[in-house]
Amino acid sequence: MATAVRSETHPEVSSYGEVNRDILKLLGRPGRGYFILLAVVISLVGLGGFAWATQVYLGIGMSGLRNPVGWGSYIATFVFWVGIAHSGTLISAILLLFRAHWRQSIYRAAEAMTVFAVMTAGLFPIIHLGRPWIFYYLLPYPNQRQIWPNFRSPLLWDVFAVGTYFTVSATFFLIGMIPDIAAARDATTVPWRKRLYTILSFGWRGTNREWKHYTRAYLYLAALATPLVVSVHSVVSWDFAVSIVPGWHSTIFAPYFVAGAIFSGLAMVITIVIPLRKIFGLEAYFTEKHFDSMAKMILLTAMIVTYAYVAEIFLTWYSQEPSHTWGQYIYGGLQGRFWWAVGIMLLCNSVIPNLLWFKRIRTSIPALFVITIFINIGMWFERFVFIVVSLAQEYVPWQWSGYTPSWVELAILVGSFGWFFMFFLIFLRVLPGVSIAELKEVLPPPLRSRSRRARATGGTEA
Amino acid sequence: MRDLSKAGYLGIFSELDATVAAIEGLRKAKFKELVTFSPLPRHELEDALDEPQSPVRMFTLVGGLTGTATGFALPIWTSLDWPLMTGGKPIISTPAFVVIAFELTILFGALSTVVGLLINARLPRTRPTIVYDPSFSADRFGVFVVPPAGREAEAKRILEESGAVEVREQAEEVPSGKA
Repeated sequence: MATAVRSETHPEVSSYGEVNRDILKLLGRPGRGYFILLAVVISLVGLGGFAWATQVYLGIGMSGLRNPVGWGSYIATFVFWVGIAHSGTLISAILLLFRAHWRQSIYRAAEAMTVFAVMTAGLFPIIHLGRPWIFYYLLPYPNQRQIWPNFRSPLLWDVFAVGTYFTVSATFFLIGMIPDIAAARDATTVPWRKRLYTILSFGWRGTNREWKHYTRAYLYLAALATPLVVSVHSVVSWDFAVSIVPGWHSTIFAPYFVAGAIFSGLAMVITIVIPLRKIFGLEAYFTEKHFDSMAKMILLTAMIVTYAYVAEIFLTWYSQEPSHTWGQYIYGGLQGRFWWAVGIMLLCNSVIPNLLWFKRIRTSIPALFVITIFINIGMWFERFVFIVVSLAQEYVPWQWSGYTPSWVELAILVGSFGWFFMFFLIFLRVLPGVSIAELKEVLPPPLRSRSRRARATGGTEA
Repeated sequence: MRDLSKAGYLGIFSELDATVAAIEGLRKAKFKELVTFSPLPRHELEDALDEPQSPVRMFTLVGGLTGTATGFALPIWTSLDWPLMTGGKPIISTPAFVVIAFELTILFGALSTVVGLLINARLPRTRPTIVYDPSFSADRFGVFVVPPAGREAEAKRILEESGAVEVREQAEEVPSGKA
């Protein structure tokens, strides 16, 4: 249609009504494939749950943790999931403040990913406890034990940082969905959905008063979430950096953790969005431009992460003081018993992302899918390397040791993926998985001149 | 621009500039009680209505500062209440407590922003929906006007002349429980 004005980011979407139809289609009755997938992920949760029950019943000895490796797969997985969470807030909050117009279609899925990833991450410190039933000792409340938690401990900072992160990102997620849930409420005819959406939409009807306060509130929430993204992974890094373990005691940890978190999180967004786009036919909403932009950010953060590795290795060599940087563990690790873990980390995080320098690869969906899966694997191994290798080779050589994750730890790791995807799959079918109101902001608004012209040419643009 | 509890006229529009024309026409004719509906926030509508700045930012500021104060007060008070002596280090360890203060600033700031939103936007709404059309969440805009006695025909005419697809006469909206 010659008269239609096209959106820059979504050239194939022409009207507001079309957005509602396309996005609300996601909330239809799911097919058999969906239920099979849901059954698979729930059984993974069951497997993880069984493994954890075994560990609670028989004791923490069921894990592979032995002196000196007191932190292993659980803590690595905790850091991994917190990292995954970060790009959701990056896309929804930081890119909102920067007015990046390619965020609109992606951000809802990324934000959901944030909330569910924090919910997954939060389980791991508790799983890691020898006596998980007294985890509430971490909370500062007046109690008959007459003691308070130690606020000088980084582990307590972590409780506050992750707790705040979960609360704020869940709030941001739910508040951001109000206008879209109202749209779903107005379109649905299924009784349980109607009732659910009526409650969750808070009675929203899009009046000028509602929009005025809503847009301001949303902006302030984004402004608060932005420093939170940076602070949470910094605090997680201080769990390590504030201790005196030689491989951890490094000032580079905080910036390096934040870059790594965004790196892994963006990779996870792409890994999730590609099948989503394919299954629900949302090609008009997730365009090449979106993947290209995200791939560029992955490339940037991959370079930062690689720079951190190189800087550490260089400082280790140049200072001739190997005991204070974990570069020793990258360099030394390659020759030691964890050479395979260090190798996977370097290959996936520093070598493979270089393919993204080429535009043809950045816009190729299958290539991106494969590369981002490698990045996800690489980032898990990175956490494994700096936690386990540092502990396995701390202080004097006679106490060095190895570490092999037990079946319990591996089952819980697999279960955590099931737990995460279980929530994500349920979310996709219950709540609008792509923002409706915000997508309309990047479409050209309906104007009288345009509808007149459309009528004259016999089009149906209204 | 008060609530939607009185009887009036609801004009439904399919174009943004027609909606803006209706708002401007009504404002020019000194109709005070206007409410607009839209599927997305548009600056054109905000500018046409020319309303004061939203007070939500004060909620954010006060909430954030309360969080900072709490974030310092809680660790200081609990550390003094049960002093943990470690290596002669100060009981009130300010650098460590900055982390707690930072996190609580954001937590309290965000939660009070939400409270500010709910109070100012009058949400959640418990009245039954009368002045509304389901298309307002899809692709239509709406202008609702409560005309003063005797000027009903004029209000209706302005809505129609601006290009409304439909103009409805809306009955009074009564709070639930009294209906």
